[in-house]
Formats: sequence, structure tokens, C-alpha cells
Amino acid sequence: MSNFFEKSDLSRSEAENIISETLQKCDDGELYLENSKSESILLDDNKIKNSSYNSDLGFGFRAISDEVVAYSHSNEISKNSLKQSSENLKSTLKSVKGTYNYEIAKSNKKYYENINPIEQKSLNEKIKILNDVNNYLRSKSDKVKQVTANFLGEQKSVEIIRSGGETLSDVRPLIRFNVSVMLEKKGRKETGVYGVGGRQSYDTYLKDDNWKSVCDEALRIASVNLESKPAPAGEMKVVLGPGWPAILIHEAVGHGLEGDFNRKKTSAFHNLMGQKVASEGVTIIDDGTIDNRRGSLTIDDEGTPTEKTVLIENGILKNFMQDRLNARLMKTRSTGSGRRENYRHIVLPRMRNTMMLSGNHTQEEMIKSVDKGIFAVSFGGGQVDITSGKFVFNCTEAYEIVNGKIGSPIKGATLIGDGPSILKEVSMVGNDMMMDPGIGTCGKAGQGVPVGVAQPSILINKMTVGGTKL
Amino acid sequence: MVKDQEFLKKKSAYCLDLAKKLGATDSSVVVKNSVSETVNFRNKKLDESNRSDDLGISITTYIGKKKSSISSSNLLNENLNVLIEKCIETTKNTPEDEFNSLPDRDLLAQEVKDLDLYDDTQIENDQKINYLKKLEDAASNDKKIVNTESSFTQNKSNFILANTDGFCNGYKTSSFTASSVTVAKDEKSMERDYEYSSKCFLKDLDDANELGKLAANQTIRKLSPKKIGSEKIAIIFDKRIAKGILSTFASAISSSAISRGTSFLKDKVNQKVFSDKINIFDKPDMLKGLGSRNFDSEGVKTDTLKLVDQGILKHYLIDTYNGKKLNLKSNGRCGGTSNLYFENGNISFKDLLNSNSKSLYITETIGHGSNIVTGDYSVGATGFLVENGEFKFPINEITIAGNFKDMFQNIILANDLEFKYATNSPTMLIEGMVVAGK
Repeated sequence: MSNFFEKSDLSRSEAENIISETLQKCDDGELYLENSKSESILLDDNKIKNSSYNSDLGFGFRAISDEVVAYSHSNEISKNSLKQSSENLKSTLKSVKGTYNYEIAKSNKKYYENINPIEQKSLNEKIKILNDVNNYLRSKSDKVKQVTANFLGEQKSVEIIRSGGETLSDVRPLIRFNVSVMLEKKGRKETGVYGVGGRQSYDTYLKDDNWKSVCDEALRIASVNLESKPAPAGEMKVVLGPGWPAILIHEAVGHGLEGDFNRKKTSAFHNLMGQKVASEGVTIIDDGTIDNRRGSLTIDDEGTPTEKTVLIENGILKNFMQDRLNARLMKTRSTGSGRRENYRHIVLPRMRNTMMLSGNHTQEEMIKSVDKGIFAVSFGGGQVDITSGKFVFNCTEAYEIVNGKIGSPIKGATLIGDGPSILKEVSMVGNDMMMDPGIGTCGKAGQGVPVGVAQPSILINKMTVGGTKL
Repeated sequence: MVKDQEFLKKKSAYCLDLAKKLGATDSSVVVKNSVSETVNFRNKKLDESNRSDDLGISITTYIGKKKSSISSSNLLNENLNVLIEKCIETTKNTPEDEFNSLPDRDLLAQEVKDLDLYDDTQIENDQKINYLKKLEDAASNDKKIVNTESSFTQNKSNFILANTDGFCNGYKTSSFTASSVTVAKDEKSMERDYEYSSKCFLKDLDDANELGKLAANQTIRKLSPKKIGSEKIAIIFDKRIAKGILSTFASAISSSAISRGTSFLKDKVNQKVFSDKINIFDKPDMLKGLGSRNFDSEGVKTDTLKLVDQGILKHYLIDTYNGKKLNLKSNGRCGGTSNLYFENGNISFKDLLNSNSKSLYITETIGHGSNIVTGDYSVGATGFLVENGEFKFPINEITIAGNFKDMFQNIILANDLEFKYATNSPTMLIEGMVVAGK
């Protein structure tokens, strides 16, 4: 746990006084303090290309009056700096007449341990694994022309001090291990990427030579792509594999169900609460409480404990994801979804681990039922226009389906669909729900936060595949 | 106020000295301060104000051919002592790489020209609010506009880059940015679009009224879009999308992609990559240019490069490390391009629209569908069907796809280049791409 006032001319009680004085007659607000330490070690082109360490310290001071948010941040935790921020907030909110909401939910549950993953493994051990990865992949095939592997580790300590002095804190570990491999055969080059991660030590993910299975998966994807042919263009049936392809759920409906867009009525979902937005059998939740997952949080960045929020239940839209501001303005409660990339940014309602729950079909059944379509197994990233509802995601491993059988691999292509209607096109939900390997980062308004996704295999009746073969 | 040169120089000298004392044979340091103030409006009312004061330092230390780096936002000497010690320790334990080094001394920038990148004007929040009121009034004039979100940001930055070969330089820059995002609605659809203006000098910023009107018009014209069938068709890229294709070209000729062998443009220097008429420049010394700079992020001088001359690729974008690997000298492109642009083509925008009886005019793409290893391109798109030079109706939920190797050979440019961003292109036509729709 960080003591933010230890090396400062500002004492905790002085800070509390400035906070309470600044926020009186505001509806909400807090001082958010953050101390993060992170490392990155990169092997590329047969060499350790980069070993770097970052230490970041700062605060963000927020005051809210009705719909208006005033925010000021700085790296210097000092009396002067906090007073300057207080003046900035007061000058924006000239005539406030609200009542501060002291209420905040409490919980003793923790979803990860207080560890610093960076310190738990020596630099030499990390460098050794990266070199082993490089040698292992290059020895597997002479088609391997490039290997990139890296470790990213972080420990982030946060503290939230509310008006009146109530203090909430959390220490968040996070790691990620990634491997990318490029193959070349007869002048043609293709890459495969795979990774693992979450809120535990490096060793939890890498023990017993588990790094080899990460390498094998990256190599397998690259090998498949080396044999791929041009993807088809046009509308067809799509079978999605379980796990990471759930970024479809994240893009197609997740963003559109975030509180801010619905309060502002700019989401394609804003007037659909209580209505049928998905086929029967489709249930989607956003869960911050799964132990050690990348998207899990003990408390969100406003201090609210996270929870398991049901977004869509058996096809019916049940809840939006809320932070305190949007919850108050929409007369509901925070779902513990208030997040920010770091102290430089304001809080927004964001996803945590977004999951579609299992149904009772098998993947085999789905593929058998398709005459002409594609089977998409692995994805790069996605994006959505929440207003029109149109979303895309990019396949990195996909196959054609011909007469109920999986055919040749096809080149990476973008798939496009319409968020509010796509879930009504889901005609089978698989019994094989799987979490992603722990590598997702979601971007919104220039802020990246770690998230997770999960889903079973699903069959979508109609989606547009953006290939080149007419 | 943004920290002055003297403060930044003192910090950088402290770090270089300490690193040397602790055993570094070479080191370099960047100290930055950036202060920005933003006001956001929504539906003609104040929505958010945001002030940020960011300090940052990053230090790279070398012991012979070993290298490591640290960065921090905490500039107290006490913290820097701990970090630099850690950095030296890590450097010792990192394997050697024969290509690690500071830039060649004779390539370091000698003079720093005043490129007119800093405007001392301070625009107070009340003035920002006045600008945004005017902008949002113009943006919400039409009843079809149901939501407006606009923003005004003033940013002032200062930095010093120093290394143990005696380089120590930096300068202030400023930017003033206004933007407006509008949402329009009719019975069938809801659409969003935007307009934006960013300048080094406040007085050059677009008129609030004009910006608001443009944002609204660009959104309203997207209402009630249709989906079209899949076909091979000519695509016209609006300038704001065409510049993205130029950025992809820039990433494909970065010396890091070339030296790693992960670019479809590897070994293509002196070969014809674009059609004859295409010329591409990267010009760092444009006055008030949004991408202008006196030297790159290693301190290497930057000259104007004609990257593509009549379709022929002439240069990669080279930094010190990858240059040494490729046996080439750095051309001052560590950190990428500066003011990158396609030279104007020789037909008007109108003639470009008329050059095919039927084409698609693309105003927005979504997704990360550019693969620089293979050159494959596939993205979601929004735009308009153009027939005989006329905009017929809006289109969405389609994808466009092709391969850059073919696309580059088929580019035809209009003569309407403007310098609105750091990377700029005239309106661009590419024939023979595939649209996937119904």
C-alpha cells in the first residue's frame, strides 16, 4: 500500500480539509491518488530490444455539480498543487447548490492478492524465458523468420478520498505475456499472435513450461494463415468459436449499454430497456468479481465495489453499466463500472469481464447446419459506432464452411454487423463457454483499460464478411 | 504556466551526471512538461472542465552496448536517485546488442530554427465558453440534430532532450483545438459525425460558426443510410480517410519494420510502388506545421525528404538503431514522420467525382484492418453512393477490401490538398477495390 502523504508537505488531514471544503455543495466528487510501477521487457529479432521501468505518481481531483464535471490533475502531491487544483474546480463550478452524496457501497471481498508481480521474478529469469521462447520457436520450423515476445508487469495502488474523509483503497497487480511469430514460405509472409495474462504472478501463467503452449498456439495460427486463401465478400452465416471471439459481444452490445451514452441518448440502445434485443437463450453479463481475471476489480475507480451485472437476460435488456455520475442522473445505482486509465483521466462507465453464458448446442451441430459460411476462431481487434450501432471486428484465424464441413483457411477479413439487431440473429448458443486468455484492452475516449470477454460458440444467421472474393 | 527551459535543463543535467557517476558510459534524457486546459460543452451547456499539468522524464542509460531505460512522472531528486540506480542495475543485467548507441555526433542538429510553433496567447475558460456557445448554436440549428458535444483545448508544452555527447536542446510548442461531434436522428436512423480544427496559433483556428455548421451538415447528410450489394467498384476516399492510407505507408517504410522483415515494402527502395504521378514529401520545417520539428526524438537533424518520386520509393524512415542494423545513416525519423503529404494531383475534386459513372465516397472507416506484413486491407466503412458526379444516398454497414500493393499502384489524387493535420492527402480515388455488402 502506498502512503501518498509520506514524502509530501501536505498531510492527510490537510488534504481531507481541502477536499471537504472544495466539495461542499457539490453533488459528488473525490480526490483520486495513484502510484503505479510498471515494466516492459521485449525480445525482438533475436535480441533483448528493450527493458524499461516506469514509475508514475499523481492525483486527480474531481467535483461534480448536477451534470457538470470539473477535473484537475497533477503529478505533484503537494499543498500548493492541491490548492491550485481546488481553485481550478471552484472557478468552473461558480454557483453550486447541491447536496453531497456521502453514501457509497462497501464490501470486504477481494478478487486478487496484494502482490507486486515485477518483484516476484528476477530480470535474469525473465530474460531467460524470452530467449528460450526465441530458440524454441526458431528450432520448430525453418519457416520462422521473426519472433517477438514480451513481458508487461504492473502494480497500481489507488486511494480514493471522499468529502468527509472516507477513504477507499486497492492494490492491483496485472501481467501479460505475449508471443508473435512470423513465418515465410515461398515469399509469402504471415503472422500469428497469442498471449496470456491476468492479476497474478508471472509464474502462475508460465509454470511447467506453459510458455511453450503460448508459443505453439502463435505458431499454429501463423501456419494456418500461410495456407489461407482470399476471404469471401458478402452476407453469410458465421459460426464463432468460444472465448476471445466474444469481442463481438463487447463491441456489438457492450459499449452501447454503457450508462453515459444512454443518459445522453446517443446509444442505439437508449430506448430499448425491458425490450427484446436478443434471441431467447441469450444471456449477457458484465462481471468484475471473477478471481484474478484481467477485467476484475475489487473496487472501481470511484471506490464502489464491483459486481456481476446482468445486462441481457434470456434476450431481454435488463441493465446498463453505471458509474456514480450517470447512475445519479438516471436515478439508479452505480454498478461499480466507473473506471479510468489513470489519474490523468476522468471516470467513465466501462466494461469489466463481459460474457455470454452457455446454451445447450454443440459447435459440431452449428457447423453441420451451415451450407455456406465462415467459421471464425481468432480475432484481432474490433470497433463500434455506438450511435449507428454498426460494429466491426477483424478475424485473424477463420475457415470457410461448405455443406456443413470446415473447409480451407481464409485470409484475415473484417466482419461488420449492426449491434441492436445482431443478437436477434443468433440462432444457436453453444454449451462450451470459455474465458479469453487475458489479453484484452478496451479503448474509449482515448482511455485504455484492461478487460476480459467470454462466450460459448455461437451461430449467427447473417453477417457481412469483408473479403475480396466476390 | 508551463515550466521554463532552465528548470528542464537543470533536471536533465542532474540525471546525466548521476547516471555517469553510477557507471553509465553514455546516456540520454528527455524532460517534458505539458499543461492543457479543456472545456467541454454538451447541448449548449457546460459539461466538463479539465486542467492537466503533466511532468515526465525518461532516461536511457548505456554501459558499452548494454542498454535500459526508465521513465517517471515524479521529478523529485530523491525519486530520480532510486530510479537511475535501478536503471543502471537493469542495464548491467541486459544482454549486449551491437547496434545500441547514441546517434552519430555529426548527425545531431546544430541549429534550432524558430518554426513558429509557440503562441504565447492564453485563452481563458470564459473565452473558450464563448467560442463553444457560438459553435453549438450553429451546430444545433437544424431540428434533426439531437445531441451536440463540443470541446476546446489549449495546450502548452516544453521539453529538453539531452545526451552525454553534449546535445541539449528543446523548445516550446502550443496547440489550440476545437471539435464538435453531433448526433442527428430521423424516423429510420441515428447517425454521428464530427468536425475539428487544430492550430499552433489561436488566431488561425477555424471560425466557430463554420465549424459547427460543417459538423451538423456532415451528420445530417448521413441519415437514412442504405446497404448496397457486394461488387467491385471505384472508391473515393475523403481527405480525412485518405491521410490514414498515407500513415499506413509510413509505418510500412519505418526502418524497424524493414529491418525486422515485417513489411510488404521491404527491399522496395528504388522500385515503383505507386503510379507515376505520385510524389510524397515529409517536410519538418514548415512554419506553424502541426508535425514540424527541429530534430527527431534522438536529436538527429531532420531534412525534407521526397519519400516517393514519380511513384518510386526513395527512402525508408530511419532511426539510429535500425539504421545501424540496415547499414544506413539515420535520416532523423526516430519517432516517425513530421509533416507528411501527397503532392497535389492534377484534376479537380469535381472531375474526380465524375471520373467513374458510379463510385463510393468514403467518409469514415472503422476497425484495425491494415496489415503491413501482407499489405492486406479490410475495414468497415460509411459513405455515399456517387453517380455521374452526384452524391445519391448515404451508405453504411459495408466493408471495403484490397491489398495495398495494388491499391498504391491505382491511386489518383485530386488537387485539393490542405494542411489540416500533421499527415495530409488530397481526395483520393482507387479503382478496383471490393465492397462487401448485402
